[in-house]
Amino acid sequence: MTDPALAELSDSLFSVSVALYSVALVAFCAQLAFGRRTERARELVGAASSGGVLVEDARPTAPQRTGGTERGNRWGAVAIGVTALGALAHTGVLVTRGMATDRLPWGNMYEFSTAVVLVAVVAYTGLALRTPNLRHIGVFVLGPVVLSLVAIGLGLYTEAAPVVAALRSYWLAIHVTAAILGFGIFMVSGIASVLYLVRSRPGADSGAGFVARLPAAEVLDRLAHRTAVFGFPIWTFAVIAGAVWAEAAWGRFWGWDPKETWSFVAWVVYAAYLHARTTAGWRGRPAAWVNVVGLAVMIFNLTFVNLVSTGLHSYAGVD
Amino acid sequence: MLLRWWRRLTAMRTAIILLFLLALAAVPGSLLPQRSLSRTSVNRYFEENPDLAPVLDRLYLFDVFSSPWFAAVYLLLFISLIGCVVPRAMEHARALRTPPPPAPRNLLRLPDSGRLDSALAPGAALDAVEEELRVRRFRVVRRETAHGPELSAEKGYLKETGNLLFHLSLLALLLGLAGGKLWGYEGSILVTEGQGFCNTFQQYDTYSAGPLVDSADLNSLCVDLDQFRAEYEEDLTAASFTADIRYGEPAGEDRARTIGVNDPLRIDGDRVYVTGHGFSPTFTVTLPDGTAFTDVSAPFLPTDQQTLASEGALKLPDLGAGQEEQLALEGFFAPTGLMQGGLLTSVDPRPLAPQVAIFAYQGYLGLDSGLPQSVYSLDASQIERGRLTEVGAANLSVGESLDLPDGTRVTFTGYKEFAAMQYSHDPGQLWVLGASIALLAGLLGLLLLRRERVFARAEPAAAGGGTVLSIASLTRGGGESRPRFTALTDDLQDALATAASRTATYPEVPSRD
Ligand code: HEM
Repeated sequence: MTDPALAELSDSLFSVSVALYSVALVAFCAQLAFGRRTERARELVGAASSGGVLVEDARPTAPQRTGGTERGNRWGAVAIGVTALGALAHTGVLVTRGMATDRLPWGNMYEFSTAVVLVAVVAYTGLALRTPNLRHIGVFVLGPVVLSLVAIGLGLYTEAAPVVAALRSYWLAIHVTAAILGFGIFMVSGIASVLYLVRSRPGADSGAGFVARLPAAEVLDRLAHRTAVFGFPIWTFAVIAGAVWAEAAWGRFWGWDPKETWSFVAWVVYAAYLHARTTAGWRGRPAAWVNVVGLAVMIFNLTFVNLVSTGLHSYAGVD
Repeated sequence: MLLRWWRRLTAMRTAIILLFLLALAAVPGSLLPQRSLSRTSVNRYFEENPDLAPVLDRLYLFDVFSSPWFAAVYLLLFISLIGCVVPRAMEHARALRTPPPPAPRNLLRLPDSGRLDSALAPGAALDAVEEELRVRRFRVVRRETAHGPELSAEKGYLKETGNLLFHLSLLALLLGLAGGKLWGYEGSILVTEGQGFCNTFQQYDTYSAGPLVDSADLNSLCVDLDQFRAEYEEDLTAASFTADIRYGEPAGEDRARTIGVNDPLRIDGDRVYVTGHGFSPTFTVTLPDGTAFTDVSAPFLPTDQQTLASEGALKLPDLGAGQEEQLALEGFFAPTGLMQGGLLTSVDPRPLAPQVAIFAYQGYLGLDSGLPQSVYSLDASQIERGRLTEVGAANLSVGESLDLPDGTRVTFTGYKEFAAMQYSHDPGQLWVLGASIALLAGLLGLLLLRRERVFARAEPAAAGGGTVLSIASLTRGGGESRPRFTALTDDLQDALATAASRTATYPEVPSRD
């Protein structure tokens, strides 16, 4: 049965992680304010030391710009550190809830969305540790993170409780875990595409505001693409696993239930994004827009389909 | 003209647009109620939007997934994919058998290219390069050309194989879905404990079947429900539903099994599910002449899944010879009843204190009037016409009775549990599963592998001995190629140096060509 002390601890940790993320958000703001516009040289160094895995701009003729200030970088390091602490507390939210209820802590919408946000934070922190230049977009990751967590805490909160019979299956571990990973990674990808759209506007380079301090447009575009490439097979797997589960739980593997329909729509949009990125005439901004639509569809599928429409997939647990 | 249309239809771009259209076409299906999911909500939509609904209906918007326009997009996508994938597959098969193409004339014009110097002779230098590339699983050919000895290498054929596998699986998946729709069927029935059903369309409460299903070909299987069990947590969350069943050929239901949520019976490619449950209150009806009908019952449908408050009707059209009047009970069943303000409600899904609130009717039920009527309610038109009249009403706990004016006594004797069962046949489903797994495998190959060509040409150095190697690479897929090229040339440089020091130390070792 549910252990009330652990459940309460989980709820407190939720507040703690929101608080830590807010502190990190402020530190990222400070970095953006005190740091100078990003310089290409640093970008290259960072990329090379990361083994060239994620962001690279290796055109040897890349212009060297004015050096950044140490102060800005120190703020960036603090911000990343606090974010990691927040992620630790955030992990604690789920772990204690899982222990309180003696099941996987993603059986309802509150737990599911909390886990998605955690995946997004961990994915971003991992990337920013490898590629320091990505710390400059911390505000734009942590901002949505704090907003979503507040919305989740206020709007989706559900008491720790056992799940219904249909969810007592190992497919909960397979299908929902994959959905969480895919969604969290797409979240980072979508944010990168939004920033790319802002950064690649004509004249963005010359401005003195935050836009010019963002990493180069190509870096953001590549980040968006890389993460989407990573998330897409996971998402594909999540949908397939959902279908396999549905065959055992609902008597058919696919029935165009609203959740199934919108998962399919999201799958097609992401497939289109990956294609668009390699299709002449679609590269760049149009492709980025497709990625943003993809994230919008994912969010719609989570919120609207769970809360407004009725379907078999109504385990949201929100009244 | 035709050819041009064919080309246009089978372009990759068209396939993507069609896929997009398919997704777009699915959207109204999730925003408007669908007959395939819930007829009741479609009917409600008709009542609430009497003007709009018929128009939408004419556009098949309540049957999106079986509409002609959905099928049209689906078919076009199918054809487009065939036209797109088949030629590519043949080209790929050819490419697998042909060696990597000759190096371009001017290697240093390629974006990833550079020069390496080596003390080795041209042939020996290319040997060292070849060995290094083979270790990296490249396919290598050497050619002698007018510009000197050269080498072409290629790897990553699996990327294209993955691509083809992905698209072919998509085709196979569409085929499997279509096959399942054409030859599949599904029947649902409520089965009370102690009763059973056989797999024929006549027996099902509702069924749906694909256009190519021959009702004579249905798998002959019968299922009897022995016992149904529901378990709950302390907070009344449903913990498990299980049904003990026996099944087998008609009249030979001798194999026993327990099925439950997430755990259907699978037999001969068909499946039997428990999809829900509820209660059938039982009554004993004693006529004034002493004739007794013991423990007659009918399933009452749950109207609240939390408390299993249920509604239904028990119809007794035939009370024996000489009985003109038919009898019916209609009302409400509460597994755990509680009187609140004179109204019976249910407070617990477990049958802890079963109670019914019933109305008794006598007269003509209209069962043989030729008009279909629900088994869960009485025909209201018979009541309106006065052919069926209410003769009594009561709230009863188990063992209590209601006496009707004519002396008939109705006793609430308890309940039986019923299970909602579903029989499903989908010949396409394993096929679809196989296709999805292949699709995922193809996708991984397509996204994670990269196709790479490397060219090298050896020319004697202008002054003194040694060789100048021009090296270039071409990469398809996988983003930035520059660091990989740098890493490759670094390794080649090392390999060349090692080879050179070996030949310097042991000059007697002959070079390979
Ligand atoms: C083809 C079938 C299925 C598809 C396409 C599908 C799709 C999804 C998607 C997109 C999510 C992400 C969360 C969201 O957007 O709400 C999700 C989560 C989830 N799925 Fe499925 N699913 C399928 C079958 C199933 C089945 C059969 C079950 C259980 C009986 C199930 C249980 C869950 C649960 C518990 C969650 C997380 C909690 C929640 O958001 O409510 N799914 N699924």
